[in-house]
This record gives sequence, structure tokens and C-alpha cells, in this order.
Amino acid sequence: MATRSIIPFGPQHPVLPEPIHLDLVIEDEKVVEAIPSIGFVHRGLESLVAKKEFTEYVYIAERICGICSFMHGMSYCDAVEHIMEVEIPDRAKYLRTIWAEMSRIHSHLLWLGLLADGFGYESLFMQSWRIREKILDMFEATTGGRVIFSVNQIGGVLKDIDDSLMNQLLKSLDDIEKELKAITKTFLNDATVNNRLRGVGILTAKQAVDLATAGPFMRASGINRDMRTTGYNAYKDLEFAPIISKDGDSYARCEVRINEIFQSINLIREAAGKMPAGDIATPIKGFPNGEHATRVEQPRGEAFYYVKADGTKFIDRFRVRTPTFANLPGLLETLKGCQLADVPLLVLTIDPCISCTER
Amino acid sequence: MMEHVKEIEIRDLLKEAQKYKDNGWRLVQIFARALKDDAGNEITYSFGDDYEMEHLRITAAPGDAVPSLSKLFVPAFLYENEMHDLFGVKVEDIAIDYHGTFYKLGAETPMKK
Amino acid sequence: MAKVSKSPWVLHYDGASCNGCDIEVLACLTPMYDAERFGVINTGDPKHADIFLVTGGINEQCKDVVKQLYEQMPNPKVVVAVGICACTGGVFKETYNILGGVDTVIPVDVYVPGCAARPESIIDGIVKGIAVLDQKREAMKQGKLPELNVEDISEDGKEQASANEAQNAEAETTANAGEESK
Repeated sequence: MATRSIIPFGPQHPVLPEPIHLDLVIEDEKVVEAIPSIGFVHRGLESLVAKKEFTEYVYIAERICGICSFMHGMSYCDAVEHIMEVEIPDRAKYLRTIWAEMSRIHSHLLWLGLLADGFGYESLFMQSWRIREKILDMFEATTGGRVIFSVNQIGGVLKDIDDSLMNQLLKSLDDIEKELKAITKTFLNDATVNNRLRGVGILTAKQAVDLATAGPFMRASGINRDMRTTGYNAYKDLEFAPIISKDGDSYARCEVRINEIFQSINLIREAAGKMPAGDIATPIKGFPNGEHATRVEQPRGEAFYYVKADGTKFIDRFRVRTPTFANLPGLLETLKGCQLADVPLLVLTIDPCISCTER
Repeated sequence: MMEHVKEIEIRDLLKEAQKYKDNGWRLVQIFARALKDDAGNEITYSFGDDYEMEHLRITAAPGDAVPSLSKLFVPAFLYENEMHDLFGVKVEDIAIDYHGTFYKLGAETPMKK
Repeated sequence: MAKVSKSPWVLHYDGASCNGCDIEVLACLTPMYDAERFGVINTGDPKHADIFLVTGGINEQCKDVVKQLYEQMPNPKVVVAVGICACTGGVFKETYNILGGVDTVIPVDVYVPGCAARPESIIDGIVKGIAVLDQKREAMKQGKLPELNVEDISEDGKEQASANEAQNAEAETTANAGEESK
């Protein structure tokens, strides 16, 4: 019988861009159990609603996480707009959709790079991030910011994308698509990459449902669920089907995310073609009074937002449950029985975003 | 306004949650909201089918213990530990109980009003 | 730009940041910005590092981690606070769990503002850090004390200061010996 020992993993670790700590119970090289301890990035930003007015809080919401910043701001605004019964202009809905899909492309490319770094393929890491810079350039051209760009306001958006800028964006997407196709071959066909990803960290469809996982992590186990299907923003006018894969291993997660980038590129193209002319914001009056819960599909999966307001300029309670929080139990399950050397890779395959998990 | 919120008593929580479990629903999230004047916390449990979402809501006065859902829904342990640390909600029988060390905080139960 | 005398190795740690600055730190090291052309290498081992890049504010739980990482780094060492949260606490300053900027727990040499800090400014900060590193190395050669230890800036630091002096002298000799053997 092998002896058991406990290895602490994190919070500072070369493969972790962000701090999370796991206590790994191991038997020789095999992980038997993993116990997480979180809170290294806990800021307590939900409590800031008591100090910032509800219009200012958009900026705090955008800083829940620097990767899905736009979507956090958007969903907070969406919840408050529902409470105030404000219907935002159609053009604003399309603009939000376009920026949201750009965020997904940027986030998935970032993840592909980190994954490549995780399994030791340095040049693939650099290639993914090189392509990602093109999206960041387009963020900068359309909004002025690279990662946190604050274009949301309650009632709509702050900036418009004119025709010439839109053409530039579409052209840039063509380039991205072409370059991504080149690295996709390596990600999906290369023997070394296959070796590291195939059959590693399997999560069955049943486990994915029981453990309430979300996003590409869940869809890679064959569950067909994508919150965009509910048709918020402009998604009701756009054609797409959730991307799923069957195997539930690390390879499937990589495959789902790569295909989602191509899907996002197509969604932006379609949205750009259908976007109506008009205003980009509806003026708001008074203070919100009521409560609303909303869900959106972030790059990492389903995120839950709740706002409760009581008719003053300060919101009573803001709650956000992010996809990484939902994916933690699933991660712990995939770690059971894996080899110690695969732990960093498996942690990466859920695309952890610790700062939004802990807020 | 928020739809599908069902207000229930604490003692009915496990029974009601079991119904969702039996129908194959999953736990979307749990959160607490501190009530003014130290009146305790209002706790909302959200359950989801594919695209449907329904909520159970209980009010826990200060000192009231709330049963844990972690036996029915594994992920509940994370939310319940969080709720305990931030709001001081007493939760009984959590599958993995961190006993107040889930978050290491500067202030005790900072979200309590 | 000042002449870069050594290739600094960088240790990056995410305090309580929102990730915005972290991904920009990584963007510095990848194509387009490519800080590696200055010989900058991102290392995961504090004992290999010259420059400590900290993003995000400091909270109750990460303060000890930051202190420990800082203490493990060999002298001379430079701390660069990246982003407004690392400088002052930023928008999260008023929350219950944020103590403030990085300088609440360790001494900071270079402050890089921004939300998120742009890669250009981060690289500028690193280059400034290299200059500070050179100054510190010079000072150490001349037998001057290296920077204060972490305890000196905490409240009860006064009593410990004298005890640290003896330790510092010892550390300095070792550091000098290391310098010569290079």
C-alpha cells in the first residue's frame, strides 16, 4: 500500500497566472483527492454597492474580472435596466453582442496560449497570443481601451462603431480566422498535443450535470446548453447552435473552445450585417426599485447576476456567481485519480478565472 | 420583477429542494442578503433546468440554523461556506465544512448589516 | 533609455487584482511587446528573480504570501507595483478586505499606474526597475545596507530594527561574496 502524502499546490506557481491553492492528497504519483482553498483575491466588491451609486457601480462591475470585463458590466446594466423597465435601443443590443463576442475570442485565444504553455509548447503559446493582439487592437480602435474599456452604461452603450471601423473590424477578423486555422491544425492534430490531452481528466455527462458545471467545460462532456440560446441582446436574431463535443476529456475542451472562436467570428459578421441604425442609449430617469436575476453565457460559461434595489441611489444587494465558481466541484472530480504532473494542465482546462470567482 | 420565487419556511427547505433533485434540476447558486436592523438574512436558492430557473427563498432570523443542501447537490458546499463566512449564516451538516476558514477576512462576517 | 547592464528575471504575483493587469503583464512577454528583447524572463521561482511585479491590491489572505515571496528573493531586489490597485488599492480601496496598495506590506521602488496598466507602461516600469537594481547593486558593493526588511515598515518594526541590522550585515557579506564569485 502506497503511503499518502499531501502536496500544497499554489497560490504562486509558474503555470498559474492567478492564485488558487489546492491541497493534493497523493499516493505515489497519483492524486487521490484535492481540497481547494480560495480567497487570495477576495476583495469584497459586492459590498461596494453601499458606497457607490448605481450608475457608478458599472465601473466596479467591469472590474470583477479583467478578462470578461465587458460582459460583467453588460450583465449588471442589463439587470438594472430590467428593474427600471428600460428598453435599450436595438443598435445598442447589437453593439453589446459584437463586443461580447470579441471578448469571447480574446478570452479563448488567451486560454489556448495558457494551455499550450501548460503542456510546454512555448511557440504555440506565443502564436496564440500574437493572434490575440489583433482583437485587442480592435478593442482599442472601437473603445479606446485594451482590456477594461468601460463602454457600458445603464440604458445602452457609450460608443458607436461606424461603417469604416466596422469594415476594419471585419477585415481583422478575416486575418484572425486565417491565422487561427493554421494553429488549429497543431492544436487538434499534433501527436504531442494529442498525447497530453486525449483521455486526460475525463468528466462524464452525468458528472457534468450533477456537479452543475458550466460553459465549454460542460459542453465538452456532451451537454447541449448555452445561455445565448435564450436570446438576450441580439442573439435572438442570430443563427447559431451550441458547440459540443462528446469525449469529456481535455482534448474535447480544447476542441470546443477553438470551434467557439470560429463561431464568434461568424456571429460578429452576421451581427454587423444586420445591425440597425439608430440611437445607442435610452436616457434613464429616477432610481431602480425591485429585483431581477439574469444569466448570460460568458467565455467560461453561465454567469448569474442578481440585483435588488429599493428606490434609492444605492443598490441594496448585488450578487454575481461566475462560471469558475460553478466549475470548481467539476475540477475537483477530474483531479481525482490523475497524475501529479497533469494537475497544472487540468486546472487550466476549466479556464479558471479566480478573480471573478472570489470577487 | 423577478419570476418564479417561492417563499418557504426553513423546515420545508430540504423537502422542496428534493423535488428539484428528483426532477433532474441542478443547483445554479445560493446567495444571502442581509436584512436591515439586524433582522437576519434572506437566502435564495436558484435551481435550473436547461434554460428555466426557479428560486426558493427562506428568511433566517439571527441564530436560526439552516440545513445544508450539500447532500443533495454537491456544489452547495461552496456557497454555504461562503454564506457562513460573509453573512454569518449558520449552516448545519455541510459535506465539506471549512468552519469559517473559507475566506480569510479582515473583518468578521463583513456583509452582515 | 539607460543602458541595461543585466538581464533581469521577473517574478509575477497576482495580489487581489481583477486579472486585467495580469494579462497585460503576460502580454508584455509575448509577441508585439516582447520584453524578452531586454533580456527579461518571467520566472516562477522567487529565488531566481530580481524584479518582483505585483498586480492588484493586498488583502488579508495574500499579504503573507507577498511578504514571503519578497523575503525569498535574493538581494538586490526591486519591487514594481503594476496598476492602480497595486499602487493605492484603486477602486477596491473602500472594500472591507483590501488593506491598500503593495506598499502596505513590502517596500515598493517603482509605481506603474493605469487600469489596466498598458504593456508599454509596464515595460517602462521594468526598465526603471533595472536602473534601481543597478543603484542597489552599486550600494551593496560599497558596503551600504540593502533595503529595509519587511518588518521595518510594520507597526512593531521599531524593536526589530536593531535585530535586523545584525542580520543585514550578515546577509550583505553573503551577497557580496556571491557578487565576487560571479
